[in-house]
Amino acid sequence: MRVRTAFALVAVPALLLATSACSGKSGSASGSGTAGGSDVTLTYWASNQGTSLDNDKEVLTPVLDAFTQQTGIKVKLEVIGWHDLQTRIQTAVTSGQGPDVVNIGNTWAVSLQATKAFLPLDASAMKTIGGSDKFVKTALDTGGAAGTDPTSVPLYGLAYGMYYNKAMFAAAGLQPPTTWEDMVADAKKLTDPSKGQYGMALAAGSYTENNHFAFIDAAQNGADLFDSSGKPTFTSDGVVNGIVRYLDLMQTDKVVNPSNAQYDNGTKAVADFATGKVAMILNQNNADATIKKNGMTSDKYGVVAFPAPKDAKSQVASHVAGINISVFKNTKHKDQALQFLKYMTSADVQGQLDKPFSALPVLKDAKAVFTDNAQEAATFTDIYNKRAKPLPLVPAEDQYESTVGKAMNAMFASIATGGTVSAADVKAALQTAQDQVAASVG
Amino acid sequence: MTTTLQRPRKAPPASPGPHDRRRRARWWLPYALLAPAVLMELLIHLVPMLTGIWMSFTQLTKFFISSWTEAPFVGLKNYRVALDVHGAVGSSLLRSFGITCAYTMLVVVISWVLGMAAAVVLQRPFRGRSGVRTLFLVPYAVPMYAGVITWNFMLQRDTGVINHLLVDDLGIGSGKPFWLIGSRAFTSIVIVAIWRLWPFAFLMLMAGLQSVPSDVYEASAMDGAHAFRQWRSITLPMLRPVNVVLVLVMSLWVFNDFNTPYVLFGTAQPAAGDLISFHIYNASFLTWNFGAGSAMSVLLLLFLLLVTGVYLTVVNRRSQRA
Repeated sequence: MRVRTAFALVAVPALLLATSACSGKSGSASGSGTAGGSDVTLTYWASNQGTSLDNDKEVLTPVLDAFTQQTGIKVKLEVIGWHDLQTRIQTAVTSGQGPDVVNIGNTWAVSLQATKAFLPLDASAMKTIGGSDKFVKTALDTGGAAGTDPTSVPLYGLAYGMYYNKAMFAAAGLQPPTTWEDMVADAKKLTDPSKGQYGMALAAGSYTENNHFAFIDAAQNGADLFDSSGKPTFTSDGVVNGIVRYLDLMQTDKVVNPSNAQYDNGTKAVADFATGKVAMILNQNNADATIKKNGMTSDKYGVVAFPAPKDAKSQVASHVAGINISVFKNTKHKDQALQFLKYMTSADVQGQLDKPFSALPVLKDAKAVFTDNAQEAATFTDIYNKRAKPLPLVPAEDQYESTVGKAMNAMFASIATGGTVSAADVKAALQTAQDQVAASVG
Repeated sequence: MTTTLQRPRKAPPASPGPHDRRRRARWWLPYALLAPAVLMELLIHLVPMLTGIWMSFTQLTKFFISSWTEAPFVGLKNYRVALDVHGAVGSSLLRSFGITCAYTMLVVVISWVLGMAAAVVLQRPFRGRSGVRTLFLVPYAVPMYAGVITWNFMLQRDTGVINHLLVDDLGIGSGKPFWLIGSRAFTSIVIVAIWRLWPFAFLMLMAGLQSVPSDVYEASAMDGAHAFRQWRSITLPMLRPVNVVLVLVMSLWVFNDFNTPYVLFGTAQPAAGDLISFHIYNASFLTWNFGAGSAMSVLLLLFLLLVTGVYLTVVNRRSQRA
């Protein structure tokens, strides 16, 4: 009998480890052949920008082939969905076995910089890729913490805008809103739950979308999420009230279908908009592809900046969203990787990729080509260049995203299932999030 | 403890025969045959486990992840944070632990009851028995992801078939409830987990029942025992060895369940479905805080070791008394 107990005591940890110690290795060793030769192959992990992973491959392959023709450097492309990208990067950083070049969400840039796994782009490296002057300044700012050499440069620009359905607004005799109050009033007029029609749709179950609006609404209130020493300040009044304002779209204004609490990604809200179930959505400009796919042409909708309240301290309408491109520090082909960065951020290639990926130009003086709706192009360019603020450029930014974003998921869930969320509840939840971030910052 | 591998006891003849000598010359053979297994066991289980334990004493955050051997040693700090029930991290871990205990109890008990009932009913031959048996095993045979993601579709509020059936067709309740967010999420995940697990209980108990001789039942029937009495006095005691292992294995699986919440809830997991392995995943992978995650894993391991140890001791003592 004792033998069996002893056996079990050994076997149980073994069983448990199957779940707790799994950290699969992925990522291929980069490159084949020696540096400098013409048979260099760069491994490139691209993020999902098009309508599907295959679509991305179709768009990128001719562009990469042209690079090979120009330079003799081959590029092995892998397109990775957003759901997996962070895990893949994490594994690559941990194991030291990653690609040579990788796309990252620009809000992760400073967090990833802190891992020291990415190549700092110092003055000479910057010169190699065409000089830091060529980029839109706020976009380049996202590449690393202030006062450091950035570890990524902007590749595709994105910004939030408020899309509205022209026909629905005209039928109700409304003009597109310029203030938060107008937006809510319009949304109320366009809401009729008995017909299943609502003023707005929100991706209220998506922690990434939720944390972006926590940031933007707080910024409109003049509040910051981190102080100058990098400590979280989530519980300040500006942040709490900003979040309450956003939650109230569902809670007190009732212009959002409670079902939206289950929308765990932006595309579901976009689909509601494109199929006429809602009159407005708040989305980044890459919504265009999904809208078109659902059968709504670009002349049927207009875009205005996400409105701030009348007494707002700041007219911030978006964070500086988008995709950056980075080089892994332990690449064996540093020069070729930098050459590739120069190519991808050249005016020519940017012009080719911005349209299929619905991206805003990250280069100064470049024209937005992602849409044939001139008003939309002008609005988004204006938001991106003048009314966008980078998310906090601190290493703990990624933890802000997950803790506050998930807390907001829970708040929306509570509202949707009949509960109420008061300012005090929001503050308590943010205190927890803040403690969690503080605990892991150390 | 007795070892199963013993060298043959030496016989006392004056000169060892050729057969004996050959045997002694090959004393290493069993060890050599065992060596690959032992080596792999060390590599696959023990080394990662020890690494995990070492990690739990370090502050392995994103600042050190690319050269993780240089992570600073922080002693018991990660454990203190995880066990401080007044702090944000500790209290949420405790809450998740409570949810997981309730989840495990419900899923294991109900799965066992269902499995037992089905196994007993299907013990008697009838037409189409093998068909029903196969049908019952389907949830176990369906790939996990496919099964659980189907539940995710069925449990959607507006488009799901569950609400369509309950509210639209049967007219139960007013307004469609949410199944995947809010407090009902717990009910949902328990149901999905039972759906996945009970065929395993059924399979094991069905196999166990095959070894119960039918003449015992016949004899007891002659003595006038009813079906329930037969089940209580014959089936249950005869299945005891199966049950001891079955309940233990199911409990460990369910307690450590990661896949069900991960697939059912995706990135939008509700507080009511915050099971502990998923919680630890969020605490370490999403925040890149692997030291804290390892400390929580080690605590979980210690807890399960303790429970298993107590369980086996109690079970064995009872069987010695019997």
